[in-house]
Parts: sequence; C-alpha cells; structure tokens
Amino acid sequence: MSVDTSRIGKSYPAFEYEVGREKIREYASAVGEGAPVHHDREQACGAGFRDVVAPPMFCVVYCAGAMAPAVLDPAIGIDFARLLHGAQEFVWSEPVCAGDVIRTSVNVKDIYDKGPNAFYVFESRSTNQDGSETARGTWTNIVRGG
Amino acid sequence: MRAGERIPELAVTPDRYVPHRYAGASGDFNPIHIDAEFARAVGLPGNILHGLWGMAQVARASVASAGGDPRALRRLSVQFRGMGVPEQEVTVSGTVRDRSDGRMVLDVVAEQAGNQIIRNAEAELELS
Repeated sequence: MSVDTSRIGKSYPAFEYEVGREKIREYASAVGEGAPVHHDREQACGAGFRDVVAPPMFCVVYCAGAMAPAVLDPAIGIDFARLLHGAQEFVWSEPVCAGDVIRTSVNVKDIYDKGPNAFYVFESRSTNQDGSETARGTWTNIVRGG
Repeated sequence: MRAGERIPELAVTPDRYVPHRYAGASGDFNPIHIDAEFARAVGLPGNILHGLWGMAQVARASVASAGGDPRALRRLSVQFRGMGVPEQEVTVSGTVRDRSDGRMVLDVVAEQAGNQIIRNAEAELELS
C-alpha cells in the first residue's frame, strides 16, 4: 500500500475541555476505579489534590475533542471501514483535577506503510489553565490493506 | 517490589453493559462497541470492548503495584491486539523489568480466555 505522506506535520486548532467533578466520577466508575481520591473531594484534598483527581487514563476524555478533527480530516484520508487502533502511549506530568481547563493540540507525527498496512500516527499535547503540561499522547492508527 | 517480581494480578469481568457505560464516559460511541447486531454485520463476534477501556485496566494494575497513588504513573505504552468481549474475565499481569533511583518499569499484558488483548505494555512509575 502506498500512502500520501504530504500531511506529516499538519497541526489542528487547540481544543479546550472543562473538567467536571461528576465526569471524573462517571469515568472512574466506568473503568472500575474505586479509589476515594477519584470520587470524594475531601479525600482528594487530604491527599494533596486541589479537588477530585482524574485517573491518568481520563486524558482520553479531554483529548477526544482535539483528536476527532485530525482523525476525521478528509485531507488525511483514513478509511474508517478498515481502521484499527494499533498502539497508544501517554506520558503524564501535572495531575488533572475537577475545575481544571485543559487545552489540547494535535499534529500529524508520521504516516507510513508497512507491508499491506498504512500507519497514521498523531501526537497530542495537553496543558492546564496554568500552562503546565498534563499529558502527551502518541496515537497510532492502522488501516488494514489488501 | 524488585526486578523480576510479578505485580499483583488484576482480574475483572466486564458486565454486559460496560461498553455502554464506557461509551458514555469517554464519548466513543463507535457502534462496534455498543451494537451487537452492527458488530456482527461487520464480521465481529458481537459488540467488543473498547481498547482504551483495556488500557485503563493496565493503568489500574500498574498504579496499584506502586501503592495506589495515581501520580506514580508517568508513562504507559501499549499495543492493542485481539478483541476483548464483555462477560468474560480479563486478567492483567506483569513483571518488574527494572527498578532503580525511585523509578520502576513494568512489562504488562491483558488477557482474556488465553488471548492477549493488550500486549507489549510498558509502564513507567515514579515511587515516592
């Protein structure tokens, strides 16, 4: 499969996400995370957090609105019928708590083919209202060929 | 925990509605996760678990192995492979690959009925 690599380096407008306390609780419950710091404000503050703290993987929630325009970009041309989420990496810095406002920017890190498959790699970087980085993500999507 | 030691195994059986709750919580409403009929029409055995739900289980097991503080998890990379399905136990297991200078690196996998649904997971933890 030969892929169009001309969009490597393309970046997308930043997306802002306001972190709600109930959203953190809802997410924590959906993944079976029962630790009190993700549900109870007093317990979270007692552990040194500003408010109820999000589990690390909550980053997928605040990144979703930034990722969608990139993955759906017709100029990239991902064929959704054959799309697989191949790999994922996150690097975390500042914890995210209820009340935070997270800004995420996304760019196209790499596009390449390997055998019959095409690989589309996106990079996200998220910062909070103080400008501190909360998470960086590397999202690898595979479009199966053949 | 020392290098070579196994981390405590996490076992979880996602009930039939976990993909629906995860869809609502995450915003990922891809019908292959919540509509069994649609999933079968595109060649899947039925509606399948979200890969990122599985990655969240790997994150939970990793954080637990470092004492439970979510700030301990600094990096996690995974590869998604075989599909996971609801109503079957998922186990997350791993080994300490390296431990030095207050940091610990784990090799982790998530399995269901003998299939690895997440493989080559690598977690980096900062120990307080």
